[in-house]
Amino acid sequence: MAKRTDIHKILIIGSGPIVIGQACEFDYSGTQACKALRDEGYEVVLVNSNPATIMTDPGLAEQTYVEPLTVEYVREIIARERPDALLSTVGGQTGLNLSVELAEKGVLDEFGVELIGAKIEAIKKAEDRLLFKDAMRSIGLDVPDSKLVNNLEDGMEFGAEVGYPVVLRPSFTLGGTGGGLAYNSEEMKELCARALELSPVHEVLIEESVLGWKEFELEVMRDLADNCIIVCSIENFDPMGVHTGDSLTVAPAQTLTDREYQMMRDGALACLREIGVDTGGSNVQFAVEPNTGRMVVIEMNPRVSRSSALASKATGFPIAKIAAKLAVGMRLDEIPNDITRKTPACFEPTIDYVVVKLPKWQFEKFPGAEPLLGVQMKSIGEVMSIGRTFKHALSKAIRSLETGKKFSEDDFDPAKIDQRLITPTPERLNYIRFAMTKGYSVKQIHEMTRIDPWFLQQMKHLIDLQAELEAETVDTVSGEQLEQAKRYGLSDKRVARALGSGELALRAKRKEHGIQAVFKRVDTCAAEFESFTPYLYSAYEEECEAEPTERRKVMILGSGPNRIGQGIEFDYCCCHASYALQELGYESIMVNCNPETVSTDYDTSDRLYFEPLTLENVLNIHETEKVDGVIVQFGGQTPLTLALPLKQQGVPIIGTDPESIDLAEDRERFGALLADLQIPQPENGTAASPKEACRVARSLGYPVLVRPSYVLGGRAMVIAYDEATVNSYMREAVVYSQERPVLVDRFLENATEVDVDALCDGDEVLIGGIMEHIEEAGVHSGDSSCVLPSASIPEKQLATIRHYTVRLAKALNVRGLMNIQYAIHNGKVYVIEVNPRASRTVPYVSKSTGYPLAKIAVGLMVGRKLSDYDLPRGMLPVGKNCVKSPVFPFNKFPGVDPILGPEMRSTGEVMGIGETFGEAFAKAQLSAGTALPDKGAVFISVTERERAEGLDVARKFADLGFRIYATRGTAYALRAAGIECTVGLKVNEGRPNIVDLTKDRRFDLIVNSPAGAQSFQDEKTIRRAAMRYRIPCLTTLSAARAAAEGIAARREHPARVESLQRLHARQTAA
Amino acid sequence: MSDTAVLALEDGRIFRGRCVGMKAECYGEVVFNTGIAGYQEIFTDPSYSGQIVVLTNPQIGNYGANGEDNESARPFIEGLAVREFSEIASNWRSTGHAADFLSQQRIPIISEIDTRALVRHLRDQGSMRGVISSIETDTGRLVEKARSIPEMAGLDLASTVSTKQRYEWSRGVDACSPSELVGPAEETKYHVVAYDFGIKHNILRSLVQRGCKVTVVPSLTSAEDVLALKPDGVFLSNGPGDPEPLSEPIRNIRRLVGRTPIFGICLGHQVLGLTVGGKTFKLKFGHHGVNHPVRNERTGKVEITSQNHGFAVDPDSLDASHIELTHTNLNDHTLEGFRSRKDPLFCVQYHPEAAPGPHDSRYLFDEFVELMKKS
Repeated sequence: MAKRTDIHKILIIGSGPIVIGQACEFDYSGTQACKALRDEGYEVVLVNSNPATIMTDPGLAEQTYVEPLTVEYVREIIARERPDALLSTVGGQTGLNLSVELAEKGVLDEFGVELIGAKIEAIKKAEDRLLFKDAMRSIGLDVPDSKLVNNLEDGMEFGAEVGYPVVLRPSFTLGGTGGGLAYNSEEMKELCARALELSPVHEVLIEESVLGWKEFELEVMRDLADNCIIVCSIENFDPMGVHTGDSLTVAPAQTLTDREYQMMRDGALACLREIGVDTGGSNVQFAVEPNTGRMVVIEMNPRVSRSSALASKATGFPIAKIAAKLAVGMRLDEIPNDITRKTPACFEPTIDYVVVKLPKWQFEKFPGAEPLLGVQMKSIGEVMSIGRTFKHALSKAIRSLETGKKFSEDDFDPAKIDQRLITPTPERLNYIRFAMTKGYSVKQIHEMTRIDPWFLQQMKHLIDLQAELEAETVDTVSGEQLEQAKRYGLSDKRVARALGSGELALRAKRKEHGIQAVFKRVDTCAAEFESFTPYLYSAYEEECEAEPTERRKVMILGSGPNRIGQGIEFDYCCCHASYALQELGYESIMVNCNPETVSTDYDTSDRLYFEPLTLENVLNIHETEKVDGVIVQFGGQTPLTLALPLKQQGVPIIGTDPESIDLAEDRERFGALLADLQIPQPENGTAASPKEACRVARSLGYPVLVRPSYVLGGRAMVIAYDEATVNSYMREAVVYSQERPVLVDRFLENATEVDVDALCDGDEVLIGGIMEHIEEAGVHSGDSSCVLPSASIPEKQLATIRHYTVRLAKALNVRGLMNIQYAIHNGKVYVIEVNPRASRTVPYVSKSTGYPLAKIAVGLMVGRKLSDYDLPRGMLPVGKNCVKSPVFPFNKFPGVDPILGPEMRSTGEVMGIGETFGEAFAKAQLSAGTALPDKGAVFISVTERERAEGLDVARKFADLGFRIYATRGTAYALRAAGIECTVGLKVNEGRPNIVDLTKDRRFDLIVNSPAGAQSFQDEKTIRRAAMRYRIPCLTTLSAARAAAEGIAARREHPARVESLQRLHARQTAA
Repeated sequence: MSDTAVLALEDGRIFRGRCVGMKAECYGEVVFNTGIAGYQEIFTDPSYSGQIVVLTNPQIGNYGANGEDNESARPFIEGLAVREFSEIASNWRSTGHAADFLSQQRIPIISEIDTRALVRHLRDQGSMRGVISSIETDTGRLVEKARSIPEMAGLDLASTVSTKQRYEWSRGVDACSPSELVGPAEETKYHVVAYDFGIKHNILRSLVQRGCKVTVVPSLTSAEDVLALKPDGVFLSNGPGDPEPLSEPIRNIRRLVGRTPIFGICLGHQVLGLTVGGKTFKLKFGHHGVNHPVRNERTGKVEITSQNHGFAVDPDSLDASHIELTHTNLNDHTLEGFRSRKDPLFCVQYHPEAAPGPHDSRYLFDEFVELMKKS
């Protein structure tokens, strides 16, 4: 059975913005699918609203649409492109749900598009929990006892019947949103009601609890000839009760005999066949009762999933790529194994190492959210590590997380050990460690955590060895002890700390003993066959298989786990760096530890090191590879913090000098540079005590922006309107010292903020884009919507911005990319921040302009000049209007104040492209999940100063038929201008006020421009209510005008779409 | 140090590690197995007689040992080489520690060695003889010992591991969990006589499960004695060593061909290959694992199979007019199964009884039953 020749053009739907539960892994799977299908000669049409992805790179598909993932828009794309088939299984739950919707609404039939991968019946059977359970029972597989309810009463009745706790699983929600465990009838009332509300079909499955059971997952593939293989088994360290996405997971399964594993394998294959997934990858999840071995099927995903990405990276078997090929009719035994070349993909990978995945949480970003782990996923990202043993892999994984915290005894509350062991939290591993040092036995900890004793025993080995080392000094420690420490995966830093020494001294010491890292290959076959792909991990063993080449080579340091402020955008940059190096004739070497990414795909770079991004690990690689250069400016903050230490160890850093990077982050030296260049910045000062902070703030004048030095994604920033806020911030929110004081800036109220990305070759500067923020000042740039080209900034100020950018780039001697944030306040341009590195807007600017900034930057870093490229001079043009909007995870953190501020909290972004700013804005809002209304009521409140402009916007809405509400002042002005409106009370004026009306959903849109200190609280309350009730809330008049235009544009052109390729071609032609 | 152990190979390569369990010394051909789970089945598979086994999975012993997963009466491997051996046993069926299980038979374990380096060495250089010792420390002497072990080629090990006495087997498969889909054994309808060259229990259980009464006979049992048992079919088992020296069993089986349905597995397959006039040869490092793709040439479907063999039947040596090649290994295209075009006879090189390994090929037992039904 060869690949199908009756289909030629295939549509792939991506997964949209990065959200909790759906992250880079679908960029990875979508990218693989695009590449695989094109390799087989198919034409690919791609749609995804997320511009930060590799898959939306124009080179990866014939036509790429960055458009909203709705039936309306995708229908338009289908009508234009007329694909023969739709591959539904590589775009996560979003892609799958949209495919189902397109099928159900008749769009696929209308245009004769065949669904490939999983058919609609199979998807439904797998996704509908009741159908699924019936199907499993019909083939003799056991499932937890359960009942589907659509009202609270039935839920309560069943809860009483099976006994609490019970699990709630709302139908058709992402990453388990709205799910939970109810431990008693009271909790049941609350959780069940919420779950019913969150389910789009108002349905919740109430289930017998399998809390504390062992949890396993198998990754399965099947082809049209019914050949089936298991790619990987995964065992969860955390037992049932913690969402898999929030669990520490281990591959392969460690505690199953072959009998038990084969029972599971048989179950998984039977499940796949019964559900009817014709081709592709699926995962099946099992729970096993630890005392009897009773095994139940929990769920299956009829598509490529987060764990497929993990399994692909864990084994070297590219699930998404193979799934795409199977979807077009190829058989597993017709596809070669890339790694061995000689053997087919039809086999079961076996691994001779242990893989650990650890989630990354960021509860600190969401004050008010309880840091507890349960059946709803809360983690933002993950790391994977590969070690020869579980201990080795676990130690590496912990270090890959970059939590930055060294837990000492003082951080633990001995009184809380039992509770923390029983109730899973993100600090679980630390508490287990703490409990062990306090003398808890493996058995006791097992009883409280239900974690398998085998895993706990491994942790105990690690802890015992550390205790042993603590009794030694760097002079008394033996070579055997050091070797064991390294074989257990302990970092030089950790060992040095135990011995009271320094990291580099310890490194030298262990080398004296001849203890150094070697590299082993990931080869799918436990070395049974020769491997042709250098996919490597470090180990402390006898033999090194790195086999470095003699080529010119450059190492790229990746960005590690996804987190807020450092996400997929940086992976995009790293991948581009790799592609560019290969084109320029260099060998590209990628170092990263995030299994979700394209950068950790073994065929993205010439060589891949799956390693933690630490000084020690990078030095080990360098000593083996002896690279000609290291690129640190593409991976966000993670590699930047390594730049100077690496340089000090003689590692050649290419691009902008690490000293320049450091200078830009050093408040004092940077201030001096700006003064030299005569570029203004907001007045500022530093403080190392609450008293000092208040004094600085007073001298600058309120409001002020207070933040720690060396920040990432605006962690722990605050805008303070008074001394009380400054005081409480200094006392509670921030860590500071004389060396790392707190920064206090005058906050420029009502300023327009601007982001600039630019390229510099040391002599010449090319501005990629001047992005105007369309959120009020004070909102973190990562949380702001912005537009290209700028919509309202006068040319004079744009010229100033260009001028400053060129001067700064040259002054910092930038080689490669830089990002500058400006604020325009009362017509004056201020520099807020300079980052001589790739920023998170690089992919957005690249896709808007059609020029791959990151790729060009790499050329500049290895010595090419801007003039070597065919580029416009000065600044890149943008043909259409492109709006980028953020996406927030607030729905995952009930109880958290969803207000935006200087602390970044968005997890992802979308882009809208339009003929007008309005159209682009409307699309971006739609993609971000806050669609602009077509009709209804608008609430408008603007400051005195903006009244004239406000009237203009209000008139636009009135003309569109919207009813207008306004606060008293605005309302009088509107009426005077002949615009009919209703007055809404401010919060302090009495009730019902604006907030009441918002909660009552009387408005469909809110326009509320900030008016300073007095109304600060009011604005926060309105915004909070708007967020909660998903009412779009616009805080600048430019956004409001864009919204009005967008609504008008949509009436004329309901769903206008355009591919990036056509857009860029037109731009270049113009 | 007192707990060190050494693995010495005949080509002089030395691996130093730790001794787990009893201090002992052993000799054998060093082979590697790439399966992830199933070490207890491997330990007790008589086909490993004469062999030191390297397990590529670095974490061994995790789930302990139990009374149900043995493939024969005792462990048969000569020695074991692993990366890490677990201190504790964690599994609901575990009744003991896996290291104790081997120590009771004085089988040495070496751990903490770079098993991947060892596997790569064996892959490149081929299987070779070796010694594990936690007694002798002089590596030169150990290498000498390794060189003095008889070569596997030409070695009749099957006769040494075969049962000395005929016995009957009537136990079917017991479920390992309340959720395992194992029905009661079918009512007995057929009588199978099984030649024991080192037979695995799961073959016997699989036959019983399908309604067979099994009489297990010693490898040197004559054709007359077998026929006197009035079998509905004859089974030729797996086993260790080179098939070529098994001239007496081959003579006996030749006289059974055509008179009763015959099914062979592994060594049984090789013996049948020789019986029908084919030749066997030694593979460089053999197939030992549970992930080998085998295509059934009659259906075109691929089975993921359990394998454990160092010799193979040369397909070119078989007479195509009499023999149909039914199964092919997709990794190296070696022969994995054939059947006679005229006589009721078929066999596979791999292990449909799994244990350890996937259950994809269980249908072969059904085919055997089918063959007996028709004959």
